[in-house]
Amino acid sequence: MWMFRLLGQWFIGVLRDGGQMVIFLGSALFWTFVPPLKWRRMIGRIHFIGAKSLVIILLTGAFTGMVLGLQVFYTLAKFGSEAFLGPAVALSLIRELGPVLCALMVTGRAGSALTAEIGIMRITEQIDALTAMALNPMRYLIVPTILAGLIVFPLLTAIFDLVGIYGGYLVGVKLLGVGEGTYFGEMETYVVLRDITQGLLKSVSFGLLVTWVCCYKGFHTGYGAEGVSRATTEAVVLSSVLILVWDYFLGSVLL
Amino acid sequence: MVEIRNLHKSFRGQHVLKGVDLQVAKGEILVIIGRSGGGKSVLLRHLMGLVRQDKGEILIDGVEISGLRGSALDQLRERFGVVFQGGALFDSMTVFENVAFPLQEKSRLPEEAIREKTLTLLKQVGLSDMGHKYPAEVSGGMRKRVALARALTMEPEIVLFDEPTTGLDPIMVNAIHHLILDLHRRVGFTAVLVSHEIPEIFGIADRVAMLHEGTVVAAGTPEAIQASANPVVRQFITGDPEGPIHPN
Repeated sequence: MWMFRLLGQWFIGVLRDGGQMVIFLGSALFWTFVPPLKWRRMIGRIHFIGAKSLVIILLTGAFTGMVLGLQVFYTLAKFGSEAFLGPAVALSLIRELGPVLCALMVTGRAGSALTAEIGIMRITEQIDALTAMALNPMRYLIVPTILAGLIVFPLLTAIFDLVGIYGGYLVGVKLLGVGEGTYFGEMETYVVLRDITQGLLKSVSFGLLVTWVCCYKGFHTGYGAEGVSRATTEAVVLSSVLILVWDYFLGSVLL
Repeated sequence: MVEIRNLHKSFRGQHVLKGVDLQVAKGEILVIIGRSGGGKSVLLRHLMGLVRQDKGEILIDGVEISGLRGSALDQLRERFGVVFQGGALFDSMTVFENVAFPLQEKSRLPEEAIREKTLTLLKQVGLSDMGHKYPAEVSGGMRKRVALARALTMEPEIVLFDEPTTGLDPIMVNAIHHLILDLHRRVGFTAVLVSHEIPEIFGIADRVAMLHEGTVVAAGTPEAIQASANPVVRQFITGDPEGPIHPN
């Protein structure tokens, strides 16, 4: 009996948290369309999420492309199809690995920091101070962050894809001897605009997902340093899991 | 000006406010005293509309505030200035930016006028040369003064002080109290101040109310409170460990 009670409590807790998260997102979306938009805050957030994540995106993008170049070449060589290395690397990156890995990296670097920052603002009464000044914290803190996520994620993903393709080129063409013309020529043949738009659409949805989860967890953080620490961990774990689940869901719908 | 009637509030089954009745007259300084965790800050948060009561009424100039939403609630909040317990300064902004922030967000003043007004406020709280520093770079007493300057930026009618002197040395406590008194005389706001600083608060209060176990057990002039025969009040102001208030 106690097992059913525990299961029921857990389920009600999940439903309550999920409901609160949806209400939070609904409120943020509502305030997005109520002018004036806090442009300066949004530009600051673009810098924080985007520009400051650039180095890690360049690094992970390059090495992901290089690993792909190596592994895909090895697999294709078994079938004598090394010529398709270019499109295999490009399609893997553009459709799947670029948006997903980029979102996971930005979650680790910027998402955790966003949760901690908003969480600290909560426990030090800075959010209450905004409310007491009749300034809506949703409009001031959350809306600029979500909008910045929507702008920055596809841009970072595009950079990740590009660097990854050149990483694959470096290994496939310069080290393993695939022809330069073959690598890019076959890529041009097999990669179509729809692949690119689908990849970027995914990254936009990841931008919304990560900023939503991280802002929500920070906004509803518990008490003290432990509360912020727990909120940050939950934000990163939940964002990462949701990225992978949503990626599968979106992939099966878009294919 | 402010009237609180039979206010009740519980958090997770804990009954914090058990029928608070309190009035604040226009222009007076009302100091609320009482033990830590006794619901004083919760009472202030009700006045700001940050917490909704379970039962009872809060009337500001005769208007019940718990029913207010959206822009009506914002208009009410614009009449308040708040000095939070820890200052609640925005740590990503300098002292100057913190004080100027409400003006930049809420007023239509040109940049030069905002700058002038901010500098005047910083001068009034004795921090003219600290504007470029971040909250983390100034002392606890300075942070409280910045918070006070920020609370006064929009020329509020009512200023709420949540333990504005906690954690400060006795000299700084008196300096902050004198500053509050001085600004009160000059600006003429109504003040509700939560404090543990006894006997210092008797020097600045027009009236004192003691909150104990969720209700107001005594309210009156500082002289009346000091002369009170109520054993709870007597024990609290003398700090005697023996009496009706158990130290734990």
